[in-house]
Amino acid sequence: VLCSLHGLPLPSSGYSFHDIANVQIYMYTPRLYLQTMVQEQILSWYYGVWTLRGSSGNIQIFSIHSFYSTFLLLKMAVHGPFVKIHPVVLASIADSYERRNEGASRVIGTLLGTIDKHSVEVTNCFSVPHNESEDEVAVDMEFAKNMYELHKKVSPSEVIIGWYATGYDITEHSVLIHEYYSREAQNPIHLTVDTALQSNRMNIRAYASAQMGVPGKTVGVMFTPLTVKYVYYDTERIGVDLLQRTRASPTRTNGLTSDLAQVASAAGRIQEMLNTVLSYIEDVLSGKVMADNSVGRFLMDLVNKVPKISVEDFESMLNSNINDLLMVTYLANLTQAQIALNEKLVVL
Amino acid sequence: ALYQQKSSVSASKRMSSVVLVVLKIIKHYQEEGQGSEVVQGVLLGLVVDDRLEITNCFPFPQHTEDDADFDEVQYQMEMMRSLRHVNIDHLHVGWYQSTYYGSFVSRALLDSQFSYQHAIEESVVLIYDPLKTAQGSLCLKAYRLTPKLMEICKEKDFSPEGLKKANIGYEHMFEEVPIVIKNSHLMNVLMWELEEKSTMADKHELLSLSSSNHLEKSLQLLMDRVDEMSQEIVKYNSYCRNLSKQQQQKHQYLQRRQQENAQRQSRGEPPLPEEDISKMFKPPPPPPRMDTLLIAGQINNYCQNVKEFTSQNLGKLFMAQALQHPSS
Repeated sequence: VLCSLHGLPLPSSGYSFHDIANVQIYMYTPRLYLQTMVQEQILSWYYGVWTLRGSSGNIQIFSIHSFYSTFLLLKMAVHGPFVKIHPVVLASIADSYERRNEGASRVIGTLLGTIDKHSVEVTNCFSVPHNESEDEVAVDMEFAKNMYELHKKVSPSEVIIGWYATGYDITEHSVLIHEYYSREAQNPIHLTVDTALQSNRMNIRAYASAQMGVPGKTVGVMFTPLTVKYVYYDTERIGVDLLQRTRASPTRTNGLTSDLAQVASAAGRIQEMLNTVLSYIEDVLSGKVMADNSVGRFLMDLVNKVPKISVEDFESMLNSNINDLLMVTYLANLTQAQIALNEKLVVL
Repeated sequence: ALYQQKSSVSASKRMSSVVLVVLKIIKHYQEEGQGSEVVQGVLLGLVVDDRLEITNCFPFPQHTEDDADFDEVQYQMEMMRSLRHVNIDHLHVGWYQSTYYGSFVSRALLDSQFSYQHAIEESVVLIYDPLKTAQGSLCLKAYRLTPKLMEICKEKDFSPEGLKKANIGYEHMFEEVPIVIKNSHLMNVLMWELEEKSTMADKHELLSLSSSNHLEKSLQLLMDRVDEMSQEIVKYNSYCRNLSKQQQQKHQYLQRRQQENAQRQSRGEPPLPEEDISKMFKPPPPPPRMDTLLIAGQINNYCQNVKEFTSQNLGKLFMAQALQHPSS
């Protein structure tokens, strides 16, 4: 039996509940309490699925797809479901992971950015030294405050919006650290970056926290996932493109190319794209692939983009442009010759 | 001494910078430096064999009027101390600056770079050109003062004779250090992730055909500089003329003196006392040539940029022509 939240009717079936008589979900302003009819049950977050630990000790696992969607909808009341990350932040995190102290298995740090109505944008970060052992964790809060002050001097519009940690899981220590950060910012975001590449990927995930538990009894914190998007400024995208090309070279190095070579490589890229499109068209024509209307529309846009100008007009435009450029080149060369001459004359 | 000179010339022939630095510089300009203000910051890294490696950087806040008590040195010290805690290299290896259409050759830059290079021999200034980058490809250059220029700055002898002695031309002021970007393996993984998640990049800025705006601005800046240059040249010319006139006058005076003395001797009178001619004909002060040198260097820079730009555009125009006439 489930009540509706925000006017949204929830399906009462479609979960695979095992051996739980009744689960009721209450809404309590932005926080969520999960009350179970069975006493003393703890709903906790283990490896991405809900588990309910029964009082007799047996563990039951739900599939929670519908749960997810409802939690996400709830989360929209607090933050939007989007976290926008700039590549600078990820590069910083990777770098500080590489420089971690001996024996530290993970690094943590503060995230800075801006909040607007629907999403959070993370634009900067710095790492904070911390010590973590089996049963305790110590974070250098003075340092964090100092760094934040310094950063504020440069970009006064950035505020603390959360913190990051490398590593795959969310441990109990994370909860403590998260609590500290909730004092600094409302609704802090927690970002995890799996630099140890546990699942052969660098999982970059963001979470927001919410209280949950049995009211009056044990209260816990639950981390709900948020969608992560990558945003770039234009210049950032161009920088990242260059860095992408670096990764292809065997020695992991790359020089910055010079003028005409860049145009040539851009032309090469367009040629590749055209080849892909052509092969797709040939497949469609020979019947191997179903024709898709939207793709067809894009193709028509593409072909129409080459403007139809009469030959004479185009020739005159081309010539005038070329003349401009040649004249400017000539002037530039002339100026350079002049100052070289001047130099020589002075030295005489 | 000779060995030392050789090692300082061959030191740091190349420079490698890390992904993080590039991204940070781009971001700093984007957020804080709209318009034609420059943004600056400090580069951190270390020297490895014959390479200078830049591993991190942090930005300087802008100078605002209401920030009179802002202490740059304090900020820098605190920042470096904090960074040391998190194991970031805290060796100061240079600084970076953004530029507007390539106009960075100025007195201020020279002074700053000189003070940096005086302290740390291999330091460089990294010039980031955001407008050129927005046109399609990252424009990041590293410069260092040549040893000759360092000598001159040390002695502060900017007179024409001094510069003539050092035989320095505007081309020998800065030497460009080639940059190489290195990625660590973890960074590579990050790049793969980003590539997957992000959409196909809009790379069309590089191939856009519009050029007049950029050309106009560049030419305007070039014209301003050329004007300044011509003023300096006029100043120098007038100085030369004055000097030669004075020489002539001195000569004439001496001759007259001699004639008079000869006359007096012939008449039997005591000769006139030798006067100190150098006090009478004080030579005019020579104009400092450093500014002229800087302007010449700047003009050279503009011309280089313009030529690069035009060569790119010519290529693009010919490509457009090929599109229009596929048969030709």
